[in-house]
Amino acid sequence: MEKKLDVHRKQNIRSDKIFKLAATIAGSFVLVIIALMIFQLISESYPIWEAEGLGFIIGTDWNAVEGRESFGALPYIAGTLVTAALAMAIGVPLSIGIAMFISDAPAKIGGPLGFLVELLAAVPSIIYGLWGLLVFRLYFQDWVEKPLHNLFGDSIFLFSGTPFGLDIITASVILAIMIIPTVSSVSREIMKAVPQQQREAAYMLGATKWEMFKLAVFPYSKTGLIGASILGLGRAVGETMAVTMLIGNATGISAFPSSFFKPSQTMSSIIANEFVEASPASLHLPALIGVALVLLLIAIVINVIAHLLVTRMMKVKEGAINN
Amino acid sequence: MTTTNEKRQEYRALFKNNVKKRLLVDKIVHIIIFAFVIIAIIPLGSILVEVFKNGITAISYEFLTATPGSIGSGEGGIGPAIQGTLIIIGLASLIGVPIGVMSGIFLSEYGDNRLARNVRFFNDVFMEFPSIVLGIFAFLVIVLILGHFSVWAGAFALALIMFPIVARTTEESLKMVPVTYREAGTALGLKKWVITFRIVISAAKGGMITGILLAVSRIGGETAPLIMTILGSSQFFSSMDVPMDALPLRIWRLSLLPYESSQLQGWGAALVLIFVIIGINLAVRYYFGNGNGMIRKLIKQGGLVKK
Amino acid sequence: MTMSTPEQKITNSTDSQIPDTTSHVEKKFKMIAENVSIYYGDTMGVKNVTMKFPEKSVTALIGPSGCGKTTFLRCLNRMHDMTKNAKVEGKVMIDDINLYDKSIDPIYHRRKVGMVFQKPNPFPTMSIYDNVTAGLKLNGVKDKRILDEIVEDTLKMAYLWDEVKNDLKKSAIELSGGQQQRLCIARALAIQPEVLLMDEPASALDPIATQKIEETITELKKDYTIIIVTHNMQQAVRVSDYTGFMYLGELIEFRETKKLFTDPKNDLTAKYVQGQFG
Repeated sequence: MEKKLDVHRKQNIRSDKIFKLAATIAGSFVLVIIALMIFQLISESYPIWEAEGLGFIIGTDWNAVEGRESFGALPYIAGTLVTAALAMAIGVPLSIGIAMFISDAPAKIGGPLGFLVELLAAVPSIIYGLWGLLVFRLYFQDWVEKPLHNLFGDSIFLFSGTPFGLDIITASVILAIMIIPTVSSVSREIMKAVPQQQREAAYMLGATKWEMFKLAVFPYSKTGLIGASILGLGRAVGETMAVTMLIGNATGISAFPSSFFKPSQTMSSIIANEFVEASPASLHLPALIGVALVLLLIAIVINVIAHLLVTRMMKVKEGAINN
Repeated sequence: MTTTNEKRQEYRALFKNNVKKRLLVDKIVHIIIFAFVIIAIIPLGSILVEVFKNGITAISYEFLTATPGSIGSGEGGIGPAIQGTLIIIGLASLIGVPIGVMSGIFLSEYGDNRLARNVRFFNDVFMEFPSIVLGIFAFLVIVLILGHFSVWAGAFALALIMFPIVARTTEESLKMVPVTYREAGTALGLKKWVITFRIVISAAKGGMITGILLAVSRIGGETAPLIMTILGSSQFFSSMDVPMDALPLRIWRLSLLPYESSQLQGWGAALVLIFVIIGINLAVRYYFGNGNGMIRKLIKQGGLVKK
Repeated sequence: MTMSTPEQKITNSTDSQIPDTTSHVEKKFKMIAENVSIYYGDTMGVKNVTMKFPEKSVTALIGPSGCGKTTFLRCLNRMHDMTKNAKVEGKVMIDDINLYDKSIDPIYHRRKVGMVFQKPNPFPTMSIYDNVTAGLKLNGVKDKRILDEIVEDTLKMAYLWDEVKNDLKKSAIELSGGQQQRLCIARALAIQPEVLLMDEPASALDPIATQKIEETITELKKDYTIIIVTHNMQQAVRVSDYTGFMYLGELIEFRETKKLFTDPKNDLTAKYVQGQFG
């Protein structure tokens, strides 16, 4: 009797061990993929590092024509960072404002509104691109770009160039619209994590709603809000399709962002535009893979920072106060 | 006592009579914030209106089923693109869902160690990887080795986007199942894997389906990783080893053509895509609700945002 | 209204809502709550309560948990405004002005009414000094000398000065729980209120900290009108002049503390103060 039980237990352990092993392998899959991905990108882009060295990152010349090959990705790196930064500058204040509104509105209004903003997140990038290219660009060109250009065009370099709607600022505005759902919903969660007693403390002192946010909510959630914004930055950096369709797709030195109204190029858009044409035999393909590697490393750094900040904030929510 | 009533009156006299001003500032801030909300809603409204308004004129039985006509003719349809999108979603789910579910089980049931904490963290970071880089990875490990474009490469790239979302939603759903369920299983002498599959997962089904559907709606709109894996085609599916079409790719191609009729077809394809994606989102919200906070968590983890 | 009112329950008191003030014939009332009812959605948390709070005294609200005493206290500062789906009916008068008058923003009144909450809630990212001066800055007081003076005064009143006078720049969360609560008292006093509402201010504290807070309350009543919610009957006896007993959202009996505890008129009150339920 006892022996039988023992055998049973052993079987138990064996099938559970297999189960645990399978789960562990599936869990570790993500780590393996990340490692393999970085290894692949490094090894496949190796020829370009060999040929251009550091020049690949600081060079501005981009020429895929055989015999005159030269690849410098600086304009695209700059294009990515500038459009992402502009998108942040426009999108983050909007997002935090929206988060404030929704976290404070009565459930009857806040619920559906939050849902609508979140629905923005469900719209695919390609549709933002289509809408941006065929609708938004035309209005933006007539109502914003041309007046600004006429006003400042000759005196301030930022507004020089021909406003055509396929340029840095249009791409940045579309990016801003695209990061709003992410940044505002994470910000809202973070503001919700501020204990109600903190708000009450501010109201008790006679604060208005806005003063309450300044006294109780913002200081408490600062870290998390920065994290949410950086998460938005990560999204903006990696975004491909909408940007590709709206940024004007310049190459080489002319893609270097110097005015709002100039066509440019980002790391992801140069890949989307040229990857299929690039011959594996030439340096063109390794160059594009090299761009992907740089893009990935930037994205990883941004997202690691963002996640550390957001999770730290979410952990703080329970314990920090009242010991 | 240090402060007397007189002293207190003195202090009160120092208070500025600023309440009106402060309430005005408050009002202004409130208006600005409200304007922000409106500004955010306008693009959504405009997108939905434009897609519907322009797209509906393109939709016909022929448009939904035929192969694309000659460029600029305005004839033909998006049949291969719809078929391709369905095929690629199916194949990606075939790869992504089992890995995601097992990974979610690992995080939930064996998730209290250093490996799991790392997996959880990198899973979240991996979700934010630019999708075009995932496409390049699929290109390098499949297309380059096979020597030709492959439907499998596209499915693999999309599966990479899918599995971390499924993993995290599975984890969250399983964690919501009360420990007593597992204890009841243990008390019956059931094996852990039996408990997990028969008891825990059946209790957590709703949340898991939510996660899978939202992951599907996310990959359905993905474009970038398909460029270098399935390329796009104007023919119906014939083999895994030749280029295949997909809705997002077709929209991209059509939108860049300088013909109004092509752009109209682009809107038509966009309407089909958005109908499916928003439809899935609305259905998921309707059936599984916001009550369990799954949607929020997903958004927080990036599951809903297209690249 | 078909609901029974406290008057009907107590036969030998003409008006349970005004404390039996035989000792002070001319008592001035600082704050008056008239027919206050509070709803959470459809549930009625507080039922038609009328209470008058005499100036410069401590009034305690006692009753078993869930009796509505905290809910009632919070309505005296319009703290329900922030609770979704809470609704308050009736009037709360401070110096003849109705707190619930729609034409007046609650901010005007909150300056007169300080509040201390059950759990200490200092602003965690601010220093001790900044916590105390937060309300003053809202009111446009910027003179450093005055701020310093008020910080010292209020911290002394809250019995915290001696413990923190040398590191006022220290973060508020580095203080112990009892110190944090006294900091919150100081923060509430800094806006120079006339009424101080306290919601079980000592419930999270150890006996020594509790004793200090009680000493503070006893001192403060020389100048303030204090209303304190407590579930500790000994505490009510120690610190209060008047006590109201609430049960299931109704005010059952409201009298001088000594009388309420020694000679309760209502059976429920008697049972409660004798510890037969609660």
